[in-house]
Amino acid sequence: MRKEPYALLAPALLLFCGMLIIPMLLVAVLSFYAFNGTTGIIPDFSLGNYITIFSDPYYGEIFLRTAGMALLVTAICLVLGIPETLILARMRAPWRGIFLVMVLGPLLISVVVRTLGWSILMGRQGLINDTLLLLGLIDSPIRLTFTFTGMVIGLVHVMVPFMIISIWATLRKLDPTVEYAGRSLGGSPLTVFRRIIFPQLMPGILSGSIIVFALSASAFATPAILGGRRLKVVATAAYDEFLNSLNWPLGAAIVILLLIANIIIIMGLNRYTERKYRMIFSAGANE
Amino acid sequence: MSFLSVRNLGKDYGSASVVKSMDLEIERGEFVSLLGPSGCGKTTTLQMIAGFTDPTRGQVILDGTDLTDMPPEKRDIGVVFQSYALFPHMTVRDNISFGLEMRKMAKGERQERIDQVLDMVCLNGMGERYPAQLSGGQRQRVAIARSLAIRPRLLLLDEPMSNLDAKLRENMHIELRRIQRKLGITTILVTHDQTEAMTMSDRIALMNDGCIQQLAPPLEVYHNPTTLFVSGFLGRANVFEGTIANSDAQGYQVSSNGLTFAVCLPENHPFRAGKANIMIRPENVGFAGSGTAGKLPGTLSEAVFLGTHWLCEVATPLGLWFVSIKTLTAQPGETVALDWQDSDLRIIAEQQ
Amino acid sequence: MKRNRTLSLLFHAAFMLFLLAPLLIVIVVSFTDKGFISYPSDGLSLRWYQAVLDEPRIMQSFWLSLKLASFASTIAVCLAVPAALALTRFRFPGRDTMSAFLMSPLMIPNVVLGVSFLRFFNIAGLSGSVFWLTMTHVIFIFPYSLRLVLASATGMDREVEMAARSLGAGKRHVYGRIILPLILPGLTGGWLLSFIQSFDELTMTVFVATPGTTTLPVWMYNHIAQTIDPLITSVSAILIIATVIMMIIMDRLVGLDKVLIGKG
Repeated sequence: MRKEPYALLAPALLLFCGMLIIPMLLVAVLSFYAFNGTTGIIPDFSLGNYITIFSDPYYGEIFLRTAGMALLVTAICLVLGIPETLILARMRAPWRGIFLVMVLGPLLISVVVRTLGWSILMGRQGLINDTLLLLGLIDSPIRLTFTFTGMVIGLVHVMVPFMIISIWATLRKLDPTVEYAGRSLGGSPLTVFRRIIFPQLMPGILSGSIIVFALSASAFATPAILGGRRLKVVATAAYDEFLNSLNWPLGAAIVILLLIANIIIIMGLNRYTERKYRMIFSAGANE
Repeated sequence: MSFLSVRNLGKDYGSASVVKSMDLEIERGEFVSLLGPSGCGKTTTLQMIAGFTDPTRGQVILDGTDLTDMPPEKRDIGVVFQSYALFPHMTVRDNISFGLEMRKMAKGERQERIDQVLDMVCLNGMGERYPAQLSGGQRQRVAIARSLAIRPRLLLLDEPMSNLDAKLRENMHIELRRIQRKLGITTILVTHDQTEAMTMSDRIALMNDGCIQQLAPPLEVYHNPTTLFVSGFLGRANVFEGTIANSDAQGYQVSSNGLTFAVCLPENHPFRAGKANIMIRPENVGFAGSGTAGKLPGTLSEAVFLGTHWLCEVATPLGLWFVSIKTLTAQPGETVALDWQDSDLRIIAEQQ
Repeated sequence: MKRNRTLSLLFHAAFMLFLLAPLLIVIVVSFTDKGFISYPSDGLSLRWYQAVLDEPRIMQSFWLSLKLASFASTIAVCLAVPAALALTRFRFPGRDTMSAFLMSPLMIPNVVLGVSFLRFFNIAGLSGSVFWLTMTHVIFIFPYSLRLVLASATGMDREVEMAARSLGAGKRHVYGRIILPLILPGLTGGWLLSFIQSFDELTMTVFVATPGTTTLPVWMYNHIAQTIDPLITSVSAILIIATVIMMIIMDRLVGLDKVLIGKG
């Protein structure tokens, strides 16, 4: 009996050890190697790549741009996602079901397709410019493709369903009568929202923010298509090093730093959220 | 004028009338139960009084003020929900404090009131706990404390004890009634549990299908049910249909299936000859002693011991009757004769 | 709960427009008769859909993506089912750690995975192999399969199994006729979600794809990098429609919200 669970898990674990741990270890090791334009990769252990990344303002700018973009995308997703989730929650069937599918559906469509759509919308003769010109808000077409703004808009589109999923999951667990209780005790609808409903949504909001931030910081397709060559982010910089400059060790170092940042953010904030909100959701106390 | 006046209150959902036309007059300090099966409209009535649901028709007047267009937060009505609805992200003290903060009470005064109310529900020392760390019974007491803290003019309880186990529930009945009497708060309890309603209420409103069938003190409702539904809902009843006739100056008679008995007319109800439903409670029926002929013959089919008494099923010419007795003097299969006091056989006066 | 007010509904409409605009524009542009990105103002034309059929590399990469996603999903589900059963039915030391480990690809950016596999293939000489490309997909879709099968497995009433044992069912029957059928919804949902994730995947695949093993998203990305023409929109429109159909099937089968959000 004791051996059974291990036997059942063995195939998956073996695959993971072989195809996850080993490749990642190889990359970690690679990040410490050096590179020479003519001879290629030199298995010479040093921190050279990391030093380059931390000292060269070129990389500093890239990391900062990535972080800034991820923060901005997260903030906008919050501003859009929280109200939209609340609106969805107040809908009746069948509308709620229909719109939920419409909001979550885009997640299943390739990010290339979605970003392509934005690329077309943002063109000089694209719909966005046409509409803005029509409304008289601008005098001549503005450039959105290959801009920071364009990247952010595209990423928000990709990420906002994740935010909604996270908040929705928390919202579903709330007891609706708690809102009535707040009202019966004298709280106006606004007060009840501010002090009763919103605090209970915080775990979902926080975990949604973590997911959106982490995914935005590691995004590749959208920044590549909408940001272009000149606005590099971490993922596209790594792509550059690996497939263009062929400086694999440097690329590996970039990627390792991204991984570490990701793990710290995700695990750190998850721990924080869990600890802070443990008292609300600790299941089955002394029943 | 009564303290709480509910007039012609009704709620329709499309073509379905969940609450038809509700009239209720409750005095200050009274404890009234809305008792009825699921779906009879009692919770909807409560929600309309509290302001969570807009009525389709009718008015709610509390202490002279018409509440009909008032939002729930201004009505000064305390509500205890079936699920307790505690604020999960706040401690017990903060939960209780919320209503007081809405009333702009000063901090010192708030703390005093919270201490007072925690003491009343015997939860001293639990103030810093979160709802998730409390047992079901403790959470219920916090819910009660939270509504009482604001000293509401009216207290509404929506089946607050249905999630507790039997023993705890019994204790809570007594506790809650004690607190209510002490504070003198007018209270309406919604429940489907007849024992609960009987134990706690000054008056019981029996509801079925969106209307009140009878509103009277527990003893009255039990011994003088005015409808068939009421007689069947509160405990068991042996009911049969018979024809009433005036026998002589002293009383009335009912005949059914060839048998005739003396019967009691309910107070304040004029005599109407003709068909009526007749009722007698199982505990008022016994087996005739040897030597007496008894009133109704029958065969004992089943006898079940329930701890405090025996519940017997007797097949009679008037149908299957229930008899509740302390000692079993016959065996299943035997012929028995049922006997009772004339005054215990009642006519159920149907509402007009 | 109160109804939504007009302001809320306006916001909602604007938001839905924001979500759907890029998809709609792609479909609209795909019907253009002109040779560049434009609206079909002179009438709808199917020339770019014909062009899809005429371009052999699109069909090649499409079939590769299809095969890849099917195999990867199947392998992932075959590994996920025993893993899920092990995690939900037994208590053993290291259970939480192993569970976290098997879910870890979710925390690893696809860029990192792509680079890792690139290095690994390079050293081991596995580039250009469809099989090994498939295995990379298995790794990154595995958590999706596992999560959905786990949801079904944890929801399973253990007493049902005990009833079967008491009625004389041996291990084979219990697994085959009781357990597997009960986790079938999670299994199917897991397969479908994994399939879609694998089919759509770009970031990781772009590092390990070779000219001979180009998936559809990679082909599309490379094409966009050079030029944006209506050909890419017709391919995209086909993908959108296909995905919508799959979504409806998934919603009917398992419920889309359960697949993407999980049971409440």
